[in-house]
Amino acid sequence: MFGLFQALLGSVRDLLPIMLVIVFFQFFVLQQPLPNLPDLLVGTVLVILGLTFFVFGLEMGLFPIGESMAYAFARKGSLVWLLLFAFALGFGTTVAEPALIAVADEAAKVAAQGGVIAMDTASQEGYAWGLRLTVALSVGCAIVLGVFRILKGWPIHWMIMVGYVGVLIMTMFAPEEIISIAYDSGGVTTSTITVPLVTALGVGLASAIRGRNPLIDGFGLIAFASLLPMIFVMAYGMAF
Amino acid sequence: MGLLIDLATTILATTRDVLPIALIMFGFQLFVLRQPIPNMRRVLIGFVYVLLGLSFFLLGLERALFPLGRLMAEQLSTIQLDTAGSSDVNWADYYWIYLFALAIGFSATIAEPALIAVALKANEVSGGVIGVWGLRISVAIGAAMGISLGALRIVLGAPIHWFIIVCYTLIVIQTYFAPKVIVPLAYDSGGVTTSTVTVPIVVALGLGLAENVPGRSPLIDGFGLIAFVCLFPIMTVMAYAQISQYRHLRAARLRRISDQSADTD
Repeated sequence: MFGLFQALLGSVRDLLPIMLVIVFFQFFVLQQPLPNLPDLLVGTVLVILGLTFFVFGLEMGLFPIGESMAYAFARKGSLVWLLLFAFALGFGTTVAEPALIAVADEAAKVAAQGGVIAMDTASQEGYAWGLRLTVALSVGCAIVLGVFRILKGWPIHWMIMVGYVGVLIMTMFAPEEIISIAYDSGGVTTSTITVPLVTALGVGLASAIRGRNPLIDGFGLIAFASLLPMIFVMAYGMAF
Repeated sequence: MGLLIDLATTILATTRDVLPIALIMFGFQLFVLRQPIPNMRRVLIGFVYVLLGLSFFLLGLERALFPLGRLMAEQLSTIQLDTAGSSDVNWADYYWIYLFALAIGFSATIAEPALIAVALKANEVSGGVIGVWGLRISVAIGAAMGISLGALRIVLGAPIHWFIIVCYTLIVIQTYFAPKVIVPLAYDSGGVTTSTVTVPIVVALGLGLAENVPGRSPLIDGFGLIAFVCLFPIMTVMAYAQISQYRHLRAARLRRISDQSADTD
């Protein structure tokens, strides 16, 4: 009970800055009263409670299961299953991601306006669906690549630099409308549930394998998941 | 009553989003690993907490923060319209937007649950060397700089890839000098930043600006802000590690010097 109360205080402290910013700009810059005060108060209470429960559940559920699965895979010693799991985790969490669905729909509108695809709904929906599959595929591949790096102990910065060069080369050839969308798609893929799970998986694997440092080798999975979608989406834009 | 219905719908929607992940994990656990999960009950209760927490959080954001944040982004980007005139855009007229971007970028990142998760893990794994608040604040500073600069780019209408190339070059140079242990975590922090709280506000800001600044198209210039928010935290996290290392080394050197002078006395 005391732990929950402490977590509650922590959430208030985490959310205080954003409330202060909004109140400051509303009163002092825009000089307007707060609209719909009851809704605002209820919403604030919900946000604080929500963050508290989330952080509480994180330590109880998400972190332990991510790590225990990483240990179990390391003990089992089957590379194929581990990589298959990595792919499924990346693909499965991304394909249904709400932020990605929103970006894909916007991107379809851009493509239709740019004359890349027809203006009708059917081809826009097809384009958006193709884009979502592309991003999900790229995140799946990214987690596979990241897990493989942990197993091999390769230094991350060389791989990321190769990725950067890849992004820049693709930028030169990709159609202009897709470039900004491709850059953004790297950021929207990693959701609030995926991040703790993937982090726990990486750290768990690096701790379970002898000779790997959890700090140096365990982190970095998310970095791949934000880099590969850029390259894949630009390739998708070129294919059309 | 309306609140309860909203809550139920949000919980259902969150469950639907989480379901594929849960199915994959429990599927592999049951059919491939074929081992009982240790502390099964506790893990399941944890999952329920996460699910409820995320639903409350999303519903609260949708009720309180997002409508106001979106409204503000829109109002602040129209405020300067009458002074700026219709044909020539003076980038300096939009100073309130940059300030708003800076402030909202910092505070939204501090409230980001995914970042809290990574900071807790990094603190645990590093044995306390990487501080939870040190990491969160340096990521938040990076996100604030990124959003602010991204807003400036939309006002200027400059092509995004030049900014990205410069950022990449800086990151590569910094990677060379930064302590090796921080590099993977720094690269991760870019993707972690853009999540539940930051993305909707940043997208609203970008689209609002692109709609209201003369000569910008929301469909072309409205995108790209998130990419900036991903890049700057990489630099600030490495900078945070470099500064801590420098202070640590200097303290050690000072100690050595005072030890030596004590020896010679």
